[in-house]
Amino acid sequence: MATTPGTACETCPLHTEMAQLGAAVGGFDRVVALAGNPNTGKSTLFNALTGLRQHTGNWPGKTVTRAEGGFQFGGLRYKLVDLPGTYSLLSASDDEEVARNFLLFGRPDCTVVVADASALERNLYLVLQVLEITDRVVVAVNLIDEAKRRGIEVDTRSLARDLGVPAVPIVARTSENVMALLQEIANVASGETVTSPLRSKGTPEFERAVTKLVPMIEAAAPGVPNARWIAIRLLDGDASVEEALSTGKLAELVARQQVPDARFSRKIALQGAQ
Amino acid sequence: MSDAQAVSPADIIREAGALRRSLETGFREQVVNSLYGEVERVSRRAVRDEGSKPLELDQRIDRIVTSRWLGLPLMLLILAVVFWLTIIGANVPSAMIATALFAVEDWAAALFISWGVPVWLTGFLWHGVFRGLAWVISVMLPPMAIFFPMFTILEDLGYLPRVAFNLDYLFKKAGAHGKQALTMAMGFGCNAAGVIATRVIDSPRERLVAILTNNFVPCNGRFPTLIMLATVFVAAAFPPAVASLVAAGSVVGIVVLGGVFTLAVSWALSRTVLRGEASAFTLELPPYRRPGIMRILYTSLIDRTLFVLWRAILTAAPAGAVIWILANISIGDVSLATRVSSALDPLGWAIGLDGVILLAYIIAIPANEIVVPTMLMCYMSTGMMTELESLQDLRRLLVDQHGWTMLTAVNLMLFSLLHNPCATTIITIYKETLSAKWATIGALMPLTIAFVVCFITATLARLLF
Repeated sequence: MATTPGTACETCPLHTEMAQLGAAVGGFDRVVALAGNPNTGKSTLFNALTGLRQHTGNWPGKTVTRAEGGFQFGGLRYKLVDLPGTYSLLSASDDEEVARNFLLFGRPDCTVVVADASALERNLYLVLQVLEITDRVVVAVNLIDEAKRRGIEVDTRSLARDLGVPAVPIVARTSENVMALLQEIANVASGETVTSPLRSKGTPEFERAVTKLVPMIEAAAPGVPNARWIAIRLLDGDASVEEALSTGKLAELVARQQVPDARFSRKIALQGAQ
Repeated sequence: MSDAQAVSPADIIREAGALRRSLETGFREQVVNSLYGEVERVSRRAVRDEGSKPLELDQRIDRIVTSRWLGLPLMLLILAVVFWLTIIGANVPSAMIATALFAVEDWAAALFISWGVPVWLTGFLWHGVFRGLAWVISVMLPPMAIFFPMFTILEDLGYLPRVAFNLDYLFKKAGAHGKQALTMAMGFGCNAAGVIATRVIDSPRERLVAILTNNFVPCNGRFPTLIMLATVFVAAAFPPAVASLVAAGSVVGIVVLGGVFTLAVSWALSRTVLRGEASAFTLELPPYRRPGIMRILYTSLIDRTLFVLWRAILTAAPAGAVIWILANISIGDVSLATRVSSALDPLGWAIGLDGVILLAYIIAIPANEIVVPTMLMCYMSTGMMTELESLQDLRRLLVDQHGWTMLTAVNLMLFSLLHNPCATTIITIYKETLSAKWATIGALMPLTIAFVVCFITATLARLLF
């Protein structure tokens, strides 16, 4: 599927500074992950950026696995990975695991968390959980038009200040403000924007326990990103993380995130197998 | 590095356990609580909420669409309208495509003969492979091109979660997950897609229930069969003015029956091999959103219609070839097709069908789409008629020459609804469950149910009439 944007796209401001690369996966300079609660418009944003017609549908749970596409911005090629919508990264359901594993081990250069402006508070749980895992986050506050109709307004500056990462209001359906979002993504991915993510601190004993475990994990599984997160999960008694560690699956997970989900993702990205 | 190698995963887990016990009990709650506090603080500062008026129109619509009394009837009405538009809209284009493609077949075959190409090769290519393709395209393309855009509009509007909401308490009673309704809706497009969609169900038990019963939703590969039978047999008994309404009504009836079987089988599974209670879940009712026309057309025509049609074409060509070979290779004086179908006749008779229908179902295992074309080609290769100009011709072929009755039509609808899923779906079940056992059960359980139900209706009909 070559990316031949229709006439509507040619006239769109997006088209002048960016190019949609569709599913031309390979040779990318940066990897960007799209996370968010179900039905917040991740797939719509994904389509707007890549020009792919990843099937969107107005029901929660639409994207069941990672879909990948690409776009070009500011002379760099970005790979965009659309993760399944999840409310949290803690429970063990299939799509949460897909999302969590990619954020943990896929080492995206930037993670965009798409939040629904009408239900910001609920969406923030996931944002904070993502901030536990990675510093390089941009929050896209989507559906601001819908929120406005409900009499809700989101002050993204205050949000950005509190969260310690950029926050951009957008309307993915009409591509409103998507250029600004892309600029923030580019800055975070390149390290130009230095973030200071909000992290809830545990008790001092808790922090001490984490500090003790982190070097052990790094020694046992060299090259594992996010040892801190793994340490917290271990302290929490997360059986799936314990298992991943003891069976050596951790290393395998790290490797696997580099290749697309062979069974489905490309097929779904290309053919939208409903 | 020797230091590093000294740490084994087991050491880490042991250490983590020890540290966990040393920590204050409830340390995790503290972390979680501080997270909740943080979220509340951040969102209070960022959100300016002017009494947050809920989308009033949305709520008003929802009060009707999800109301206790109107919700289900309204859903059936919407379904009936969709089928009715599909049936009345597809008739003429189907006939036109068929006429055009069969003209190509005759013309090309004549051309081949005039070039001196061997008769067997001409027959194989044009009356076999090409005719299979022509049937599939003319029978399937128009209904899909009408049904899928309407379905995608409903999906984009946000109607599907409302359906799940309406059906939730029925699924709960059956020990299944309320989101199973969403996976069933996907099954209308394609059962393999429906099986993949069951990933939205967290509980493995309920997910298996949803996977094993998805087949009871007739996929678009089976709709043409149902629509044809409803039009040619059921609706033909009514005056032309209401015929299309009756046809749409009977297709809805079959879909409802599929729902009944889904619930009954889910109930039975939840009380036997997949014992357990239905789990609670929260279902969001998203706001209604205006569907994007271009995206609807793209999704429904390219992603769905052409995707499914292409798959059907890939299986129809070899199936056409197989039928031609079966019909044209004879042992003694009798063609292979006749031999096989007469061998299947007793079994077919017992369930109110016949040997040709069963043969068509065997050839059509790769894709349900080609059942009717396969059947008709078998009939025509053994009968006298070679061209079907209209539905009346079709009726004459089936009733006068091959002894179809109302029982045959009704049982074929039932069999089409209940029988085993196509090969693609079975493979998908295997991939999703990674279990040969569940894939086998997913194939054999519906087949057994189809045989039992059709045997009962056939026996009853023969006793009563």
